[in-house]
Amino acid sequence: VSTVTQADPAPPAGSARPLTQHRALGDRAFQILALAAGLLVLVILVLIAISTTQQSTSWFTTEGLSGIFSTDWDPTNNKFGALAFIYGTAITSVIAIIIAVPVSIGVALLLTQVVPAKWARPIVWIVDLLAVVPSVVWGLWGILVLAPWLQGIYTSIASGVSGIPVLDNLFGQPVSGSSFFTAGIILAVMITPIVTSLSREVIATVPTIDKEGAYALGATRWEMIRGAVWPHSQGGVVGAVLLGLGRAMGETIAAALVIGSSPQITSHLFATGYSMPAVIANQFGEASGEFRAALIGIGVLLFLFTIIVNLGARGIVERSARRARGA
Amino acid sequence: MSVATGQPAVDLREPAGWRRTKNRIATILMWTAFVCTLVPLGFVMFTVIQKGATAINWQFLTGNPIPINLAPPGAPGGFQAAVVGTLIITGFAALIAIPLGILGAVYINEYGGKGWLAKFIAFMSDVMTGVPSIVMGLFIFTIWVLHFGYSGLAGAFALGCLMLPIVIRSTFEMLRLVPDSLREGSYALGASKSRVTLTVVLPAALGGIVSGALLAVARAAGETAPLLFTVLTVESTNSNLFSGANTALPLQIFSNATSPYVGAEQRAWGAALTLIAIAFILMIGARLATSRFTTETQ
Repeated sequence: VSTVTQADPAPPAGSARPLTQHRALGDRAFQILALAAGLLVLVILVLIAISTTQQSTSWFTTEGLSGIFSTDWDPTNNKFGALAFIYGTAITSVIAIIIAVPVSIGVALLLTQVVPAKWARPIVWIVDLLAVVPSVVWGLWGILVLAPWLQGIYTSIASGVSGIPVLDNLFGQPVSGSSFFTAGIILAVMITPIVTSLSREVIATVPTIDKEGAYALGATRWEMIRGAVWPHSQGGVVGAVLLGLGRAMGETIAAALVIGSSPQITSHLFATGYSMPAVIANQFGEASGEFRAALIGIGVLLFLFTIIVNLGARGIVERSARRARGA
Repeated sequence: MSVATGQPAVDLREPAGWRRTKNRIATILMWTAFVCTLVPLGFVMFTVIQKGATAINWQFLTGNPIPINLAPPGAPGGFQAAVVGTLIITGFAALIAIPLGILGAVYINEYGGKGWLAKFIAFMSDVMTGVPSIVMGLFIFTIWVLHFGYSGLAGAFALGCLMLPIVIRSTFEMLRLVPDSLREGSYALGASKSRVTLTVVLPAALGGIVSGALLAVARAAGETAPLLFTVLTVESTNSNLFSGANTALPLQIFSNATSPYVGAEQRAWGAALTLIAIAFILMIGARLATSRFTTETQ
């Protein structure tokens, strides 16, 4: 607010005085309006934390830490352990990241290092289209088209790995096309645009002189990417990946449709599961009392996790951007 | 860094053997990555258009009320309620979030400058874009719905909360591009800061701001999670935004998607095509706004 006084200097001598004062008033009103709009962001974030926590305190207090992090989810008997949902969110997000990151970095490199700028624009457009398709449409497609198709593939993979120690634990016993893995695939598609565009921004800051230096030393394009582009943009790309992770963790409707809706912790990726946002979306309608408090509480945990991931990611992106500008 | 060490001093020939192969493989992998994004996009668009086109007709878009889940394909009634709901809820959300977002960006870029508060707000607004949409729904539920009941307005608040940081970010990026010489020229003519912002800076960035806002609206129009427990769902048209439960296209897709009936499935595809069409119209509008902006400045 110190700028207010700055923008309102001592009235200069002479005839301009009334005019300046008049302006200063409107000026100040506009500035306060703009400041209020800016502060609204902080207010909303604080209110989210307060109001949701308030509505879920009874869950946190009655269940306690051990109750919250238990696998016992049985609303009819007032048991609200959220561990299976946390596990589902973690495992689907990790699958999504494993699939989406190589693809996103590949496309980002293609856009910045391989194709000429004229071609880059339509490619960006196509990748951005992935983000325009609504979450619920991905979910609809996932449940009606992708899942039935994947079911056959899951079954043949499972029969192929049966008996092999680790692989059997990961890829055995598929139940249906809806599973952790199906949700992971859909989430991967949904986070690809954001990871791609952020990585592209970071990679675009690599100084031309570094790249030309690598070429001058006789490097191939791939060697140039590994030697000049990658060391420079590593940090920023990690930030972009974390942001993608945050998105994947919070993605609700698509996951709710394809994850199979059964809270369980299992190493089988092709088994049906549940995730934190999905359980809120599916069960909030019929919930009341303690049940509702528990679901809002899961929302609070989700908010907490995504805020932590986002703070970290933004911090990394910001730092690497600053370094890139400084270099 | 192996590049710098293992290389003869001057070698202008094309690198031979394994190094060239590796380079080729890398290039092929990059193109493969692009194809990996094309396949799901093409696949989903093809399915939605193919299955949606058979469901959509004038009656589907304007009929009222929405047929129940187990009604056969082509049952009387239509999705007027959902189309109207989507339009008024998203429209009102845009009405709240776009002006506030632009004002917020004006504060960050024009007033806050290099101060810590502006930086902090910009940072937190980026963090806010990462808040899951379902959490926004829960937030509006606890702060509004519990006191005033379900309504389209509550849904508009939830969507507005999602749009706000996106509008701030895109507007801020555009304001940053406005050259300082424009501002200085106006100050030299004796204009006040608010006047410079409103009549010089914002108009100069208008194309980009409109484009960013439309993209935010397109994203919000497709959101389901924030509406689940704020507008609930109804079958017949409720054009009153401020009272009574409402519905929207994403909500109808969600409830029809999990229903085993053939008619419900077909209606879900029809609603999906309608929703994607709305999102695409907004996106094309955004592109047009951007291109208009870029030709103006050149």
